[in-house]
This record gives sequence, structure tokens and C-alpha cells, in this order.
Amino acid sequence: MKTFPHLIVCEHCDTVYRRVSLESGDAARCVDCAATLYRANRMNVDGWLALTVTAAIALVMANVCPVIRISLHGQHNEVTLWQSVAALGHGAAAPIAVPAALSVIVVPGLQILLLGWVLAFARAGHRAPGFAMAMKVLATLRPWSMVEVAMLGILISIIKLSNVVQVTPGDGVWATAGLMVLITLIASRDIHWLWGITDNHPLRGRQGV
Amino acid sequence: MSGRLRARQLGVIGCHVCGLVCKDRLGERGHARCPCCHTTLRRRRPDSIGRAWAFLLAGMVFYIPANALPVMYTGLLGSSSDNTILQGVISFWKDGSYGIALVIFVASVVVPCTKFLILGLLLVTSQRHSRWAMRERARLYRLIELVGYWSMLDVLVVATVAALVKFQALGDIEPRIGIFFFGAMVILTMLSALNFDPRLIWDGMATHE
Repeated sequence: MKTFPHLIVCEHCDTVYRRVSLESGDAARCVDCAATLYRANRMNVDGWLALTVTAAIALVMANVCPVIRISLHGQHNEVTLWQSVAALGHGAAAPIAVPAALSVIVVPGLQILLLGWVLAFARAGHRAPGFAMAMKVLATLRPWSMVEVAMLGILISIIKLSNVVQVTPGDGVWATAGLMVLITLIASRDIHWLWGITDNHPLRGRQGV
Repeated sequence: MSGRLRARQLGVIGCHVCGLVCKDRLGERGHARCPCCHTTLRRRRPDSIGRAWAFLLAGMVFYIPANALPVMYTGLLGSSSDNTILQGVISFWKDGSYGIALVIFVASVVVPCTKFLILGLLLVTSQRHSRWAMRERARLYRLIELVGYWSMLDVLVVATVAALVKFQALGDIEPRIGIFFFGAMVILTMLSALNFDPRLIWDGMATHE
């Protein structure tokens, strides 16, 4: 099939543009609908992979260390991110525990795993086995990752409970805050250029660079 | 009318996974795959308007029990009550926590209702091939993509609070059925937005030419 590697189509309005090279940090925007077409990459593969590994550590910490501790009349209780989602599984609203666990723990975990896999191979200039599948899954997962919502939820819970019980934030809350920043840095960016740097297609050069 | 060309006019398709622009041969073969990542190429998301309407209407129906039924049971220090979302907001307001009351009100009332209105507007105008305010409608679509998932906040607050407060006789908080309907509404409206194809906003232009 004939391909046009020098062109790009706006995903939001279908307008066709010729690719131009961008300065670092710049973004190409669609003239018609103002959506971002592509961005020049600011981070190299090594840096990206390092942040992905850090995010993996933060995710483990947020699920091992308690995020909140409370005490009431000498009794104590504490929960990790995982336990708080699991609490939805009891009672009438049980089915909602599944999407809650997916959006706060499973999806971020999968994003980190897939990115780590793809980037580890990209460092050597190779395409990882299952690269196309991994990229498709990453694009599908992106809207369902909600660590930042969980973080706000934890803060609101702390304030809500501080009226009646004694509340102390646990170590897990810092891990969750870190994870929120890291996931935004690694997974919310334009991943299209990974196709370019790992390319073996003779027609396509480095995308958007 | 701008001098810029759309992919359909040029007879090309942009792959939604890897971004490669390919010649549109769907007319002859009925089915084509991207030569780079083997994704099925499509001019528009399949059955976009029908699916988006279905998810939107289901979401609106779920929003009624989500507000009418209690989302949380609170039994603390002798007093016990079932709370709906709005009662939660009001109790925060009465306690003087105006900021938190506002955050929860935005996440559980303003965001969902804005989403219903915007998605409904986008669907109706796209069905009528309207050329009215296309750029603004494209921006509205990106806005709901950006803020839509923050409504999950309520679900995660109930999860955290219910997981923490487990002191048998002294205090107990449990999730109630309302939170299931609320969470399901958030997911359904997200699916509606994901199924709507923003390129349909601009297709009105071609119809009128």
C-alpha cells in the first residue's frame, strides 16, 4: 500500500499537513481545530525509562505502605491504596470495586509495565516483541488511568475524617503523590515518536524530529 | 472556507495507532490494514453517533438513582445515617468546609451535567451536519475528555473512608448502592465520549460544499 510518511493527519478534524521539524519543547498545532498534532520530544529514552522504573517503585510503595492511619478511642486502623479499593467489594455496590481497582492500580501498573518493556528495547534501537500490540494497548489505557483522582480522594478523606477521628497521613500518601506526577510525565505524553526511533521501515524517518 | 485539505478529499487515511498516512483503498477492498502496525484502517470510528448516544442515555438514566439513593452509610459514636451525594455536600458546607463542599459538588454535579449537555449538543449538531461554531465544538470535546474522569472522585472517597472506619461498635462506614450507579454513570459517559468521533464535527463542511 502506498504510504506518505512526510504527511500527518489531525486526529481531531482530519486535516492533512506536511510534517515539519520542531525545536525542542515545541508542539505542532492544527490550524483548524487547534488540537496538538505532535510534539518535539523533550526527554530521551534513558530518562524516560528511568522515570518509568521510579514510577514502578512508587506504585509498589503506595500498595504496601498505608496511605492513611486513623485512631478512635485507642483503636487504630490503617489502609493501603489496594485495601481502600477492596473495601468497595463488600456490600451492595460491590461491582464498582472492579473499575475502581482497574483505574487506580491495574491500569497504571500495566502502563508502567508496557512502557518499561517498549523503552528497554528502544534504548538499543530495537522494536520490542509485540511492539505494535503494546502501543495499541497503551493508547487504549490512557483515558482510564486515574491516580490523580485517587490522590485528591485521599486528601478529601483525610479532611472528612479529621472532624471525628484522629487522622495521620501514612508513607503511602507520598508514594501516591509521586506516582501521580510520574504517571503524568511518562504516560500522558505523545508516544507516537517511538514508532519513529525504532523504525525499520525504509520510507519513514524520525517522526516529528 | 479554508484552503486546507481533509484526508477524505485527498484520498488518504491516518492510522490512529502509529500515525502513518496511507492511501485510502477502502472503497475498492472494503478492508485495509496499516502497513506499519497492522491496525485496521478506518475513515471514522464505526457507528460513532449511535454508540455515543446509547452510552450517553444509559449514563443519564444511571445518574438518577446515583443521586436519589444513598451512597454511604455512616454509623459513628452512636448516631447512624444513610447519606446521598448531595447530603454529603450539604453537611460539608454546614461544617464550614466550603472548599471541600465545592470540590465534591463540582465533581458530582457540575462535571456530569456539563458532560450530558456537551455530549448531547455535539451529537445533535453532528447529526444535523451543522457548520455552527466548529472550532468551539472541537474545543468542548477536548474539554470533556480532559475533565470527565474527575467524577470518579466520589467513588474513591467512599472507598477510602469505608475502608478506614471499621471499629465495630464505635464506628462503621459502608458503601451503599448509590455509589455503584454513580460509578457506572461516570464509566458510561466516558465510553460515550470515547465513541464519539470528533472528526464528525468537521464533516458538516464537506456536506455543504
